[in-house]
Amino acid sequence: MKRGTRRALLLDYLLMIALAAFFLFPVVIMLVASFKPDDTLIMRHMSSPLAFVPTEVSLGNYLDVFDNVAFGTAMRNSVVIVGSIVSVGLFVNSLIAYGLARFRFRGRAFLVGLVIALIIIPFESIAVPLLLIVNRFGWLDTLYVQVIPFVADAFSIFLFYQFFIQIPSDLEEAAIVDGASRLRIYWSIVLPLSRPIIATVTILLFLRHWGQLLWPVMVARSEEVRPLTVAMQQFFGQQPREWGQIMAFAAMITIPVLIVYLLFNRWFVQSIASSGVKG
Amino acid sequence: MTTRSTASGRVGALRRNEVRAAWGFSLPALLLLTAFLIVPFVLAFVLAFTDQRLIPNPRLPTEFVGLRNFRRILEDPTFQRALLNNFAFAAFVVPIQSTLALAMAMLVNMKIRGSLVFRTIYFSPVVTTMVVVSAIWFLLYNPDEGFINAFLSAISFGTIPVIEWLQDPRTALLAIGILSVWQGVGFQMVIFLAGLQEIPEQLYEAARIDGASRRQSFWHITLPSLRNTTIFVVISTTILAFRLYDQVKIMTQGGPQDATQTVVYQIERVGFSQLRVGYASALTVVFFLIVLAIALLQRRFLREERTVRE
Repeated sequence: MKRGTRRALLLDYLLMIALAAFFLFPVVIMLVASFKPDDTLIMRHMSSPLAFVPTEVSLGNYLDVFDNVAFGTAMRNSVVIVGSIVSVGLFVNSLIAYGLARFRFRGRAFLVGLVIALIIIPFESIAVPLLLIVNRFGWLDTLYVQVIPFVADAFSIFLFYQFFIQIPSDLEEAAIVDGASRLRIYWSIVLPLSRPIIATVTILLFLRHWGQLLWPVMVARSEEVRPLTVAMQQFFGQQPREWGQIMAFAAMITIPVLIVYLLFNRWFVQSIASSGVKG
Repeated sequence: MTTRSTASGRVGALRRNEVRAAWGFSLPALLLLTAFLIVPFVLAFVLAFTDQRLIPNPRLPTEFVGLRNFRRILEDPTFQRALLNNFAFAAFVVPIQSTLALAMAMLVNMKIRGSLVFRTIYFSPVVTTMVVVSAIWFLLYNPDEGFINAFLSAISFGTIPVIEWLQDPRTALLAIGILSVWQGVGFQMVIFLAGLQEIPEQLYEAARIDGASRRQSFWHITLPSLRNTTIFVVISTTILAFRLYDQVKIMTQGGPQDATQTVVYQIERVGFSQLRVGYASALTVVFFLIVLAIALLQRRFLREERTVRE
């Protein structure tokens, strides 16, 4: 009996290690390749265990990426775009969610139903008409065309709404009696209580928009406004491929996010878990 | 008398105040949702019946063309191939990804040393952008000097021949499916993990006392308790499979020989590259109806569950 469970445990560990290797190997290969100084070396090592060995360490690829793909500009654009969507989005979406959760007014039930119904619409099914609209506005090839359509988000509103109807309203009622304004109550009582849901929405919005490709491909082609994803797509499409630089570029997109993920790992997992309750 | 009327007057003022505040709070989000979600959504259904172009030709005004776009869709071989590919992709990815996610969730849910580290590793591809994942895997799939062919050849002692993963129409979609599972499965693992942690421990203890094996408690406790979670995972993964775009855009551009055409890739090609907004809108409508049908399926299954419980 005891030996049986120990063998089962060993088997579980072997399985978990094999899976870990499966999930880690592409990222390790990316990192190792990014440090190898020339592409023939990368390709020759790729079909041997040397793919995992940094035989030579050079930062040449990283420096070249800054020159060849305007990495700094693309990174700045991505940070500005996603940062604006998240920060303005948190405010706009929590505000309506709070209104729907706390105030009694005609049309409330309809609005809640509408928000829930809107969650189902995938972005892909509005992309082309939206392109027509922003084209008419003359918004193409700007940073704000990559921000404004994504500020209001039905799923974020829903998550905030669910959170607000759960928290007790005693404190807010006391503040109303004291004559505090609604906006003041929302800002100084409700938002400080909402840190967990703010973290959740931030992470979900970040993951969704950091990797977005379809929309910026259509609206942001020029170097000054394109985000990292489009810069990578365009650089990757150039022949012949500079694999060392592509891997260095990939590493520079990935490593900052991985570090943030490792620091706030628990929050990431909880956010995803809470996104599963929808439906 | 006077005090009462002022009291009710104050309540009335408070109520009016509340209504005004409610609309004030809702206005920014409602305006944005209307302009950038509801209007384009409705517009897709209108444009689908026109020959609208992205850059209108002043000599050829946009016209209402009835069902012409939809009739063309029915005869469009590229679209049919794209639709078929999406179904094939879903049929491959959804069962594998859901099963693997459940197995991984059960592994990291065990209270043994290191499970948190493994969970962290398994989830890490989810935070890796799909564009980056596609670029890395393109290198790994390289036929001549690629890591994957070398690895397969090594573990099979050379019996597995060189596979031209992304250049061979028979394997290209499969290759994209594998990396999609790699990138996405951590997400579903976490959803399953949340479901697993809600199952009361007493159920397992009772089963152990009754002499049930690990396998029996999986089939009779774990799986039935995860019913709703499983439905959610399967449905949301299916919808994701129909949204397949990034990997195709980076790796294959729909090729070779349309083997990796997808509906969303078609929508972008037709609407953006060919500027045919009308036809792309019709494709969009078809795409939305498919997603809606899948989502309604989920609601139906979940409702059945609730009536059973009552």
